[in-house]
Amino acid sequence: MERSFEQYFRQNRLPHLWCPGCGNGIATKAIVQAIEKKGLDRDKTIIVSGIGCSSRASGYMDFDTLHTAHGRAIPFATGIKLANPELNVVVITGDGDCTAIGGNHFIHGCRRNVDLTVVLFNNNIYGMTGGQASPMTPTGKKATTAPYGAVDPTFDACKLAEAAGATYVARSTAYHVQHLTDMIANGFDNKGFSFIEAMVQCPTAYGRKNKMSDPVELMKWMRDNAVMKAAWDKLPEDKKVGDKFPIGLLYQDTEVDYATAYEHVIEVAGGAGK
Amino acid sequence: MNSEITLKLPRCKGCGICVAFCPKQVLGLSELGKVVILKADDCIACGQCELRCPDYAIFVDKKVAK
Repeated sequence: MERSFEQYFRQNRLPHLWCPGCGNGIATKAIVQAIEKKGLDRDKTIIVSGIGCSSRASGYMDFDTLHTAHGRAIPFATGIKLANPELNVVVITGDGDCTAIGGNHFIHGCRRNVDLTVVLFNNNIYGMTGGQASPMTPTGKKATTAPYGAVDPTFDACKLAEAAGATYVARSTAYHVQHLTDMIANGFDNKGFSFIEAMVQCPTAYGRKNKMSDPVELMKWMRDNAVMKAAWDKLPEDKKVGDKFPIGLLYQDTEVDYATAYEHVIEVAGGAGK
Repeated sequence: MNSEITLKLPRCKGCGICVAFCPKQVLGLSELGKVVILKADDCIACGQCELRCPDYAIFVDKKVAK
C-alpha cells in the first residue's frame, strides 16, 4: 500500500543523494510525518534550509522550499515569518551550518523567540566537504582535520538554545524514529522558537574515521546511550558518564514571540498603512 | 503468511539497517547489494525495517483477513 507521506516528497527527485545508511533520510521522513500528523496546510508550510548534507532535504520535500546561504537559514526564515506570520516555517540545518557558520544567527533567532521550528540534523561532522571536525564533533573523536582526535570541547546545542531564549528545546535520535516525530510535531504547537536536535548517523565521514563505518553500529550506539529525560533526571551523577546523553523534551517556556511583539510595535506606530 | 512486504528496489542502497533490525531475520542483502526477502513466512509485520529505512524502500503491511 502506498504510504500517505509519499505525497510530501518530490518523487522525481528520489532516491536521494545521501550515502547508504545516512540518518538524514530518517530525520526527513520524521519531519514530513510530523507535518502530516499535525495536519499543517501544505501551501502554508515553508521549508528553509542552509548548506550541507542535512540541508539537501529541502530539495526532496514538496512544499515551498528555500535553499539558502551557508548558516543563514534562520535569518531567511525570520524574514518569511515576519512578512507573513500565518506561515508555518520549518528550518532544516546541520551541526556545522547551525552552530559554526550560523552560530550567531542561531543564538539571535533564539533570543528573539521567532516562531520557527528549527530541526538540527546532528551528524557530528562536516560530511559533504570531506569530514572536517565541526563544533559538535565529540572531544577525542577523529575527523580529517583532527587526525589525533578533536581537541575542542563540544557544543551542547540544546543547552545553548535554552540559554539563548528558545521556548521549546528537545532532542531525539534517528534510532528513536517515532519519538523524533513526536518531538518535531510538538515543536509545531509551540508559538515561539522551537529547537529540535536530531542525532543522525554519518557512516561515511564520521563513522569511517571512528571505526564505526557500519550505520547499524552507529544506530545501536544511539539506542544504548540515549536516555529518556525522565530517567536521566533520576540518574545519579556517577552514572552520567561516557557517551550517555538525555533525549526528550529538555526545556519549555512561554514567552511572547517576535511576530506578536512586532505586531504591537506596528499598532503603536499607527498601523501598517493598510 | 500474514504480512505483505513491498520493496522499491531502485531506492534501496543496501545499507543493511533493515536486515540488522529485523527481529526475525527475514531480510538479507543480495549479491548486488540490494535488500532481498529470505523468509517471508517468518515476518511478523512489526515494521521495524520500514520505520528505520533511510531510503523509504521497504514497506510492510499486515494482511487483512478476507
